[in-house]
Amino acid sequence: MTTFLGMPGLPVATERGTLRGPDTFPVAARRALADTQLRKNLGHATSTIRAKRARVVGELDDWEELRAAGAAIKADVMARLPELLVQLEENVTARGGHVHWARDADEANRIVLDLVRAAGTPDDPVTSVVKVKSMATQEIGLNEALAEAGIAAVETDLAELIVQLSDDTPSHILVPAIHRNRAEIRQIFLDHMPDVDPGLTDEPRVLAMAARAYLRRTFLAARVAVSGANFAIAETGTLAVVESEGNGRMCLTLPQTLVTVMGIEKLLPTWRDLEVFLQLLPRSSTGERMNPYTSMWTGAPRTSDGAPDGPQEFHLVLLDNGRTATLADEAGRQALHCIRCSACLNVCPVYERTGGHAYGSVYPGPIGAVLTPQLAGMHGHGADAPAGGDPVDSLPYASSLCGACFDACPVRIDIPSMLVHLRAKHVETAQAQRRVPGLPASAENAAMSAAAWVMQDAGRFSFAERGLQLGRLLARDGRIRSLPPPLSAWTTSRDVPAPPAETFRKWWARTRGDRS
Amino acid sequence: MRIALFATCLADAMFPRAAQATVVLLERLGHEVVFPSGQTCCGQMHVNTGYQREALPVVEHHVDVFETALRPRAQGGDGVEAVVAPSGSCVGSVRHQHAVVARRMAEQGRADTGLAARAEAVAAKTYELSELLVDVLGVTDVGARYPHRVTYHPTCHSLRMLRVDDKPLRLLRAVHGLDLVELPDAEQCCGFGGTFSVKNADTSTAMLADKIRAVQTTRSEVVTAGDSSCLMHIGGGLSRLRVGTKTVHLAEILAGEGWEAAL
Repeated sequence: MTTFLGMPGLPVATERGTLRGPDTFPVAARRALADTQLRKNLGHATSTIRAKRARVVGELDDWEELRAAGAAIKADVMARLPELLVQLEENVTARGGHVHWARDADEANRIVLDLVRAAGTPDDPVTSVVKVKSMATQEIGLNEALAEAGIAAVETDLAELIVQLSDDTPSHILVPAIHRNRAEIRQIFLDHMPDVDPGLTDEPRVLAMAARAYLRRTFLAARVAVSGANFAIAETGTLAVVESEGNGRMCLTLPQTLVTVMGIEKLLPTWRDLEVFLQLLPRSSTGERMNPYTSMWTGAPRTSDGAPDGPQEFHLVLLDNGRTATLADEAGRQALHCIRCSACLNVCPVYERTGGHAYGSVYPGPIGAVLTPQLAGMHGHGADAPAGGDPVDSLPYASSLCGACFDACPVRIDIPSMLVHLRAKHVETAQAQRRVPGLPASAENAAMSAAAWVMQDAGRFSFAERGLQLGRLLARDGRIRSLPPPLSAWTTSRDVPAPPAETFRKWWARTRGDRS
Repeated sequence: MRIALFATCLADAMFPRAAQATVVLLERLGHEVVFPSGQTCCGQMHVNTGYQREALPVVEHHVDVFETALRPRAQGGDGVEAVVAPSGSCVGSVRHQHAVVARRMAEQGRADTGLAARAEAVAAKTYELSELLVDVLGVTDVGARYPHRVTYHPTCHSLRMLRVDDKPLRLLRAVHGLDLVELPDAEQCCGFGGTFSVKNADTSTAMLADKIRAVQTTRSEVVTAGDSSCLMHIGGGLSRLRVGTKTVHLAEILAGEGWEAAL
């Protein structure tokens, strides 16, 4: 079934942006792999979270049933997305909220900017907003768009604040500053945090208290807050944010105006569905049974006598930005089931070694490798040009297909199968763009076509095996230490054994050939 | 039981001992092995690199060959009851990718609409070696002797695509004289990943470095696994660094010390 939501979405702009980094994955990964501090920080952090997650997941004897329920609810949401979104809009509006629809990043940024401006007066304009950690606003580059208009966006999630103060970018979905250790964080605070105590130590508690003092001042002065959302309940119009620090709740309750930017895929049909996800999410993300703060609000809340209780104005911005295009691909749409828990990052052997920046997208790791190419669109080149190709096109190949991500995913997104699907889409796009009709699109394509021709016939295959045996001439002491490109990429760090004197096929023919 | 061997292209051309040991082992256990000579490759390299259109004729060929092997002799087949391969990855491809490729290509009008069902029928009778031994033939003690210190690397596809679980370990524990040492972080990928090892050679090597470090802590003489491909990767690193630990396919251990005499 193909689902359309009014205007079919087109993949968003193809130039560099929050989804498309400057370099292809192999190039960026090579740089990251050489960073000893990064390797140490990542190895330590991911193995700690992995162990915590395994412990709390192991406590539940119905974990697999919960995963299946989560997957089924998300599949239902994707199948009924148009009607559920309309239901959400009706319920948010009925409770005094305002709903805005944004086709892409530019439209969403424009809507938020207008709302922020409207919250001030000509004499007293709003010059800063507070933010709850939000992937959607990172995806649209909201902070940069606000800064261009002279409005400062202050991140209030501690890790996000660390990243913002050091003018860095997040490298993990849940733990944006996972690539930093506490000594580095101390230095960032000393260098960039206003009014910080110069005697600051690198004790976690001392660092947290410094951030707390800074953020309290900020919260009390803020008139506008911008948040994301973990879930939106269609049947009631309720939004939900789960977090660990309480800074999110400050943002959601103190300012006069609250603007929430949410991808259209974050919906759940009913209130009851939260039961499943509030178990799946904290155990998968922080390895906790329950997250410390779960905030829920419906429209612009009022007390029983009608006075505002919390923000006086609530605006919900529903973001497409490539999501309907993703939804249209039956094999790819599972990527929209993601609840941003980051369990797949923590178990990924590639992510553990390269970190998030190598992916060049606000969505790193295995889920990023399947989500980013669908949101941003692939160009179809770079199939065999790891250095010169398109960064986004290189992402589906940034995996050994080990399958650890699929096992860890709380909503059972089959990431390895989707990677294989996206690789096929990428190659098919490249082939459709071949410059000379009838000729293969690239050297790799030519090699793959030739190999396929050989491998569909046993006679051709055994003839090729004879050729392979010439490789024995390259071997010394039973091993080959150097091969020409592109196989030199293998022999840079690994030997190849000499081909055997006799293939299995020949041995069989010689010893048992009369049998079959 | 009459069993067809799918040797896999890699074992056939580069690691014949894995396939030979499979034959020797199954024959010693009293089974009859046939080698359908038309066989070539499962096509996984093409599928995992994005070349599904090119993989299609390879998949079709594999289905043709083993469909015939599974057909009763009275109907012109080999009358085998099962197909075995000394590779979790190739069986994973047969079981989880062939029908997917067939359906995608049928949607594009390139493949016969019946191919997916035929591929699934072949896949349902295709087993990785430890699956065949433990689940189908019901043996864990294959009567082998192998007096060496060995560590076992569970390959990703055998573990997470086929869910062979501890079957290979149960087989190894029953081998006489074998000193089995647990590999730290055993379930972490060795970094091979087919063309990943070339396209992302630096990341692949970083993963391999950690695997080699884990192997070294076990002080084993031998690292074993159910896949020649992963062993080629781990072995390529061990050989380059002159670690002195060698890679031996699970089938060669189960065939027992001195099995080569039966060649």
